[in-house]
Amino acid sequence: MMNSGNDRNRLLHDIGVIDFVVVEMTEYLDTHPTDKEAMEYLNHYVRMKNQAMREYAMKYGPLRISDADGCNQNEWKWATQDWPWKGGC
Amino acid sequence: MWSYEKRLQFPVNIKETNAKLAQAIMSQYGGPDGEIGASMRYLSQRYAMPYNEVSAVLTDIGTEELAHLEMVATIVHQLTRDLSMEEIEESGFANYYVDHTVGIWPMAAGGVPFNSCEFQSKGDVITDLVEDMAAEQKARSTYDNILRLTRDYPDVYAPIKFLRAREIVHFQRFGEALRIVQDRLDSKNFYAFNPGFDKCEE
Repeated sequence: MMNSGNDRNRLLHDIGVIDFVVVEMTEYLDTHPTDKEAMEYLNHYVRMKNQAMREYAMKYGPLRISDADGCNQNEWKWATQDWPWKGGC
Repeated sequence: MWSYEKRLQFPVNIKETNAKLAQAIMSQYGGPDGEIGASMRYLSQRYAMPYNEVSAVLTDIGTEELAHLEMVATIVHQLTRDLSMEEIEESGFANYYVDHTVGIWPMAAGGVPFNSCEFQSKGDVITDLVEDMAAEQKARSTYDNILRLTRDYPDVYAPIKFLRAREIVHFQRFGEALRIVQDRLDSKNFYAFNPGFDKCEE
């Protein structure tokens, strides 16, 4: 059980790191909309994020509704699992 | 429209309660330079922006501020969730407790309730962007003050440090947005008219 908790925290941490790049590059591109290299960089991280969000949804429940279809259909985990302000898993 | 992600932008895991710190940090939820004001300022200003790139900056930063709002609320919640009656009485938290128990409500550290007069949406591009740049600096100064109060509390210090760094990045982006606007106006007199209202003579 410890391992599954660690894996979950690691995955959530990775999503945070990847999404930080997405947020930062989005705001950068808003004022540099023709920077091709930055766009490619952003696209790479958007793909990484989607993959990680999908993996998290499959294993532990969705972090956003658009990943809910990749989850266990016996329980609506969006509602039953802890909310982020409760602190670490 | 918006969609929600069920996670914090930066992790908050505070192990020990501290009502005094909560009272100070609460100001970045609903205080004069707090995250509610930040988000509402940028999201409200979008409608008078005649330039798409600037609307993009306001949308994306206004959205990120909502994630910051959630982080600040989480910090206050975790600092107060297990308070005993003794701690409430001894820490000066009773004045807040009497109206809100340990729920989250937007007000400044000094007790002044959140009020939309704490931000402006003037309908004038340069006016609004200059306000936005000042707002990011004021929030940075507030986070600096909070960092001095939380030096000995690493669980609190780390997320506050993250939030402070975002103010600096946003100041840079608003500065770039202002430059984009000025590049499209008459450099001999940027303030001659309001490009969001007056019709420009080509």
